[in-house]
Amino acid sequence: MTQHTVNRNESVISISGLYKSFGDLEVLKGIDLNLFKGENVAVLGKSGTGKSVLIKIIIGLLKPDKGEVLVLGSNVAELRSKELDQIRLRIGFSFQSSALYDSMNVYQNLAFPLTMNVKNLSKGKVDDAVMEVLDAVGLRDKLKQMPSDLSGGQRKRIGIARTLILKPEIMLYDEPTSGLDPLTSTEIIELINEVQQKYNTSSLIITHDLTCAKNTANRIAMLFEGKFLKIGKFDEVFDTDDDQLRGFYNYNFIQ
Amino acid sequence: MVKNYTKEFLFSKGLDDYFTGINDAFRFTARFFKEVVKRPIHLREVINQSFEVGLKSLALISLTGFIVGIVFTKQSRPSLEEFGATSWLPSLIGIAIIKALGPLVTALICAGKVGSSIGAELGSMKVTEQIDAMEVSAINPFKYLVVTRVLATTITIPVLALYCSFVALYGSYLNVHAEETSSLISFYQNAFKTINFLDIITSVVKTVVYGFTIGIVGCYKGFNATQGTRGVGNAANQAVVLAMFLIFIEEVIIVQMTNWIRYF
Ligand SMILES: Nc1ncnc2c1ncn2[C@@H]1O[C@H](COP(=O)(O)OP(=O)(O)O)[C@@H](O)[C@H]1O
Ligand SMILES: [Mg+2]
Repeated sequence: MTQHTVNRNESVISISGLYKSFGDLEVLKGIDLNLFKGENVAVLGKSGTGKSVLIKIIIGLLKPDKGEVLVLGSNVAELRSKELDQIRLRIGFSFQSSALYDSMNVYQNLAFPLTMNVKNLSKGKVDDAVMEVLDAVGLRDKLKQMPSDLSGGQRKRIGIARTLILKPEIMLYDEPTSGLDPLTSTEIIELINEVQQKYNTSSLIITHDLTCAKNTANRIAMLFEGKFLKIGKFDEVFDTDDDQLRGFYNYNFIQ
Repeated sequence: MVKNYTKEFLFSKGLDDYFTGINDAFRFTARFFKEVVKRPIHLREVINQSFEVGLKSLALISLTGFIVGIVFTKQSRPSLEEFGATSWLPSLIGIAIIKALGPLVTALICAGKVGSSIGAELGSMKVTEQIDAMEVSAINPFKYLVVTRVLATTITIPVLALYCSFVALYGSYLNVHAEETSSLISFYQNAFKTINFLDIITSVVKTVVYGFTIGIVGCYKGFNATQGTRGVGNAANQAVVLAMFLIFIEEVIIVQMTNWIRYF
């Protein structure tokens, strides 16, 4: 796992009493969570339990109904759009679907967030930044490819590289390994750990893949029916007789 | 998880949705005017999109304009021949094309080609979370995608309409030249004889309005595409239908208003 130091006195994300519903559908029903500086936390849960909703609230794509979400000290739901953008520049968001811009090639995808946010950069600076993040994800040779020509794992990597180009302090990964074969998943897991070391990030990793959670996270949080059933170290959480937790564990690590 | 209670509606579900839809569309349009005056202006993207609009529709507009010119001339000739007034043909055609057909034909072609492609493009960006991806990178997708496209259609479609009118007049000239032998110059002179300044202004205003409509409707439908590939198809389809519907309504209103001004 990681030799990275966790500072338990400083939270980069701090969520308390968070509620969110869509019409009659209650998705989150009282979420409390702290992400400490330098820490990786994995949020585990079944499909449709609101894991994506949770991180979309953190980044301000969705508004909470109730509760407080502090990100880097600011209440994201109450920020004006300029201030929210300032916070967003410090967060990297890796989409479940990678969400690469399919009208742009890899280079343009990576350069876009940079040139849009940092004015008057020279072409050389942009090229350097692009090559640096491409190296970080190990896809230097894909510079001129279109997203449609990449495999699922490569798209995930480029998606992560696109967030790294703005040097984020927090990484939010939405299902980084879903839909990938076991070997590619392992590569992505390694990448997540490398990113944490190299860019010194704190990360929230949304997943239903226990291997991913086990190998990336300092702590894991089990989301079940809108609440966290248990938060703690991997072994603590699964050292239990709770049927829900056992079921989850047994499916992932079939004896 | 799903609670079982019926929601209260102001009128009925259908009517409520209809009015919320109209409200959303107006808010979307209002947002365009709010954002268009703010920096940054993505000028390069506006130019790119303008080329897209032009390139996508140029061939079809050329062909249609040309055919409209020839066919309209051919069909008008017998009626004028009855009065021995074929010499009026150029000015009759001029009025028809510059005031009505050029703008309308261009608008309808662009609604079909450009409106649908904007709807489909933004719709697929929406359902594949590319629009969300812009937002989380602190890029305003409304400015980058909507404002640029609407500006592009608003600027480009009037130019295309002008071009369409000239091609149609040229088609008409070829036919007149074959039957009555007139020179190109005197044909154009005659065609513009009864056209006054107000007519030109009206045509320009009309095409600006059509261009704006095509852009904003395409963007609105794309931005509000719901999940899945079917949503993308629906967005493209609805963009065309709604834009054409609005264009006809605007045509009637603008012609009516010009007549008021003319006889004021
Ligand atoms: N924007 C939205 N509007 C309505 N319902 C939504 C929206 N986003 C998510 N939901 C619903 O919330 C629930 C949780 O979704 P999600 O967070 O995507 O689940 P997951 O844990 O698999 O990521 C699902 O039932 C989904 O249909
Ligand atoms: Mg999800």
